[in-house]
Amino acid sequence: MIISEQKSFDELVEKIGDKSVFLFGCSECATLCHSGGKKELIHLEKKFLATHINVIGWAVLEPACSFTQNDKIFFQHAEAINSSDILLVFACGDGNQVISEIFPDKPIMSGTNTLFLGAKTSITSFQRRCNLCGTCIVDEFNGICPITRCPKQMLNGPCGGSENGNCEVYTNMPCIWEEIEKKARSVGNYEQIFLQIHPAHDWSNSHQLIKER
Amino acid sequence: MKTRLQQILEGNHFAVTAEIGPPKNADALIIEQKANMLKGFADAFNITDNQTAVVRLSSFSGSCILKQLQMEPIFQLACRDRNRLALQSEILGASALGIHNMLFVTGDHQSKGNHPHAKGVFDIDSIQLISIVKNLRDMHIFENTEPLKSHPPYVFIGAVENPFASSISLRVDRLEKKIRAGADFIQTQSVFNIHRFETWMDAVRDHGLDKRVHIIAGITPLKSVKMMERMKFHVPGVDIPDEIEKRIRDADNVESEALIITSELISQIKSMKGIHGVHITALFWEQKIPEIVQKAGLFPRP
Repeated sequence: MIISEQKSFDELVEKIGDKSVFLFGCSECATLCHSGGKKELIHLEKKFLATHINVIGWAVLEPACSFTQNDKIFFQHAEAINSSDILLVFACGDGNQVISEIFPDKPIMSGTNTLFLGAKTSITSFQRRCNLCGTCIVDEFNGICPITRCPKQMLNGPCGGSENGNCEVYTNMPCIWEEIEKKARSVGNYEQIFLQIHPAHDWSNSHQLIKER
Repeated sequence: MKTRLQQILEGNHFAVTAEIGPPKNADALIIEQKANMLKGFADAFNITDNQTAVVRLSSFSGSCILKQLQMEPIFQLACRDRNRLALQSEILGASALGIHNMLFVTGDHQSKGNHPHAKGVFDIDSIQLISIVKNLRDMHIFENTEPLKSHPPYVFIGAVENPFASSISLRVDRLEKKIRAGADFIQTQSVFNIHRFETWMDAVRDHGLDKRVHIIAGITPLKSVKMMERMKFHVPGVDIPDEIEKRIRDADNVESEALIITSELISQIKSMKGIHGVHITALFWEQKIPEIVQKAGLFPRP
């Protein structure tokens, strides 16, 4: 799923100033990672009202990235949406842009930072799993992506900075090359995975703007 | 065509290389002064490329300044700041100006440097870059397989290795890959933990890698307690054993103790089979390099 986090509350308050807002959340990813679900919007509404920010209303879209599934919700809240100065969106960057397009004359403010495409690894943590580069090479590494999970995107083994098996940049995370080695040894294809020189990656699909089916 | 460094290594002489850190400004004089101080005390001189992800005068310019002083540079290129177009272009440009020793690194992550908000490039990694350079030099083809019709670059290909990063087997396998990709010489991370270095060299020799590449061991005098602490606790991949930490801390004269430790390390390294030279990095203490080289019996240079 797309992992996002809320921007700092104070930053939002400062940006909103004396304007009124309508809050949008999302029923999918932003709900699952607690950055823009129903619970969060109710909490945010209270906090904004306590700081004298006028919250005209809120709605959780199902989901925010859809152009077609939210007509009923928009209809129900049409008046509140129209009378608010700003649409404040607690969804991913995609959700923000879909809403911007649906309401061409409304200013949009994002309430979240969209972090990565990742997996929920415990109740409280999410980890990056895919950079959406467009040319998948996970099969070359037994299903682990070093482009995504190494901050230097090393395709030919660990850099010289890893210590005690941990990443030089995120020192509380294991170096992904330790994981690749472990898996390759248990699958039994270490030589094939590690000793071959993986060539320069093809990034030509990473800037694709449209996909027609 | 062969560089002086290449001739020394291939002639089985014990090589000495030294590092010249470029300034954080546009003052060529700083490089000239350091260069004049070190002239004749090493065979070739590395000019680092935004080392530790801190912006400094470029390695390319520094290398050109050394050329003007009739000294041999080792031009460094990091993958962090350039994509494959820029890297290949720099290599052609350097070779055209008579700069032929080049050292290719992936580069320290930008988050560790003085512009932590920068976007890192990392289009390719060091092993991929080395193999691209070898193909440019030997097969006369660009990364995209387009032929280079005339005047291919001449490059004596350098790479780095850290014997102290985790998992010796992974490190040695990666070194083998670097050699296969095209590395001609290797400069290692600074050696302080001689036992761990020996363990790594044993594995290197077991794989016969010392016969396939010239290995130059890194040496750094620990000028002060503060510098020792910074390197031991804050620079990724550096291994300073507690015993050396204690000697530096307890010394009445830290500078002279640092030089004693340095000459002990060099003499242990010199007697190690399969080591082809030392690379001296004396951060902000370059003026001591002539003394270190002389004391180690490595002066005059061949």
